[in-house]
Amino acid sequence: MKAILCLVACVAIGPHVIAPYVIAPYVARDFSPASFQAPRRPQRIVSLVPAVTEMLFAMGAGDQVVGVSSYDRHPPEARTRTRLGALVDPDVERMLALKPDLAVVYGTQSDLISRLERAGVPMFSYEHAGLPDITATIRRLGARVGRADEAGRLASRIERDIEAIGSRVGGRLRPRTALIIGREPGALRGIYASAGLGFLHDMLETAGGEDAFADVGRQNLQVSIEVLLARAPDVILEMHPPEAWTPERIARERTLWRALPALPAVRNDRVYILADDVVLVPGPRVAQGIRLIAETLHPAAFRAGGRTP
Amino acid sequence: MTPLPLRRGLPLVAACFLAMLAAVLAAPFLGSTPIALGRVFDRGIPFADNVDAQIFFIARLPRAAAAALVGGTLAAAGVVFQGLLRNPLATPYTLGVSAGASLGAMVAITFNLMLPLGGVAPASLLGALLAVMVVYGLSTVRHRGFSTTVLLLAGVTLNAFFSALILFVQFIGDFAQTYRALRWLMGDLDVADYTPILTALPLVAAAFAVFAWLARPLNLLSMGADAAATRGIDVGRAERLAFFGASLATGAAVSVGGPIGFIGIIVPHLVRLLVGSDHRLVLPASTFFGAAFLVACDAVARIVLAPIELPVGIVTAVIGGPFFLWLLVRKR
Repeated sequence: MKAILCLVACVAIGPHVIAPYVIAPYVARDFSPASFQAPRRPQRIVSLVPAVTEMLFAMGAGDQVVGVSSYDRHPPEARTRTRLGALVDPDVERMLALKPDLAVVYGTQSDLISRLERAGVPMFSYEHAGLPDITATIRRLGARVGRADEAGRLASRIERDIEAIGSRVGGRLRPRTALIIGREPGALRGIYASAGLGFLHDMLETAGGEDAFADVGRQNLQVSIEVLLARAPDVILEMHPPEAWTPERIARERTLWRALPALPAVRNDRVYILADDVVLVPGPRVAQGIRLIAETLHPAAFRAGGRTP
Repeated sequence: MTPLPLRRGLPLVAACFLAMLAAVLAAPFLGSTPIALGRVFDRGIPFADNVDAQIFFIARLPRAAAAALVGGTLAAAGVVFQGLLRNPLATPYTLGVSAGASLGAMVAITFNLMLPLGGVAPASLLGALLAVMVVYGLSTVRHRGFSTTVLLLAGVTLNAFFSALILFVQFIGDFAQTYRALRWLMGDLDVADYTPILTALPLVAAAFAVFAWLARPLNLLSMGADAAATRGIDVGRAERLAFFGASLATGAAVSVGGPIGFIGIIVPHLVRLLVGSDHRLVLPASTFFGAAFLVACDAVARIVLAPIELPVGIVTAVIGGPFFLWLLVRKR
């Protein structure tokens, strides 16, 4: 019986809990109750989405932000704002107490959305999607918070940076790369990889890598040892949040891969572990993230004088 | 379900053994990737360059071994628990062992524990041992000796308590960890190497030695504790051994593959339909059949949505759930 309950629970909450790095088609829509006239430049924004919080600060709207999610780490200034819970545990009471004139919510938070709707709080709803959606969201958000010009400049700068990285690695051999976004600590079990949809896939391909799981039409998948051996990636790139991944742990976890010597990535010593949230947050630092991946995949392209392939 | 004479049941046990053998031998040849058998066994190619051989020997063979070990152990433990608690609906997870194992695994995943012998498996084994000791302590503290009624109540309560702790630990973790923790609960036999199997093996071997001795006492216990005592069985000792043997075996199996459901209930009942209720037949037949069944379920899980892999717990639940319900309805 417990197994059934667990399964039901997994099916019911799985898609929500994995949301930060995965799931669902793109939506970034701006919906306000028709009766409510939003002010032109909201002054009391609450954001439950770390990526959007970063966007707001990066476009100079940081002063307008009064509340952020429990997972916001960047920029440091964001940490000084009131914490309001996150995807699965938003604190509606504290949110309303801040008297927000704009709430940034994640598209799957349907309960929260209906409660804020009833409270007459205008909302900006967001879900993670592909790379082009990041700058599109920045422009749309800029228009919404009265920072259209700054947001436009920010978005264009990010697009230029991404393009510059693309031209550096363009024409180089694209190593077939398995982008690992999670596994059991201390063992090659429960391995999750980024698949053919979503910003991680786009970042990898932009950085001059060929996604080893590009044909799988999802944002991620669990890969067995067999599938990994069959796909024979030239590079294994593990990307993790920085907190628990100390340099000692990274060194130790890297050696685990020696158990699979048939992988070209292992044989050629091309297993990398990046513990940096620039590669995991689809926000305004995405170009830095892409550059980090590109430097890892194509170190020669970024050495002095490494301009030509 | 009249018990067959021992001699007439033996061919059925042998058939179950052959089914296990066939499943374990066939499973490494099945998979999402076509491999060339000629290359697999070609000694001329260095192993490090031979992807086909690596898929066969690193990805599939340990996995089939893990499935056989886990399936056989859970099925046998189910038989013993049903005999010990004299309850046909008892499973290896009834007394909280799997909840303890799961709690250990959740803690390891959420707090990134790094234990020797690789991550989550040893932590879940420790959790299972903790649960076994707590349940045993509770069942002996108020009674001189050992009461199966208290055992059942203590086990079920501890199960609920540990489940609550599991939810709490998951609540503390961040999204990605919580998802991985949930995924662990669905069962996964992709062991990557033999370490988890070898870690679990001593416990499992000891438990099966106990099971072999237990077959006759369990037969007599099924007539009731008093009847067994008059036939010269030390009931307290037999029950204690049954409890520890089955619990430790369950803990070891769960540490390898996660709390894979339904094996411990559907296999013993299916086998009883075939060979009757003599534990000298039911125990070995369930062990072999359980091993074959889980190896087959895991093969389905690997292939059906390839390259995406279905959690094996879903496969066993999809087959086991309806069967379990049928069993319930049939009994009434």
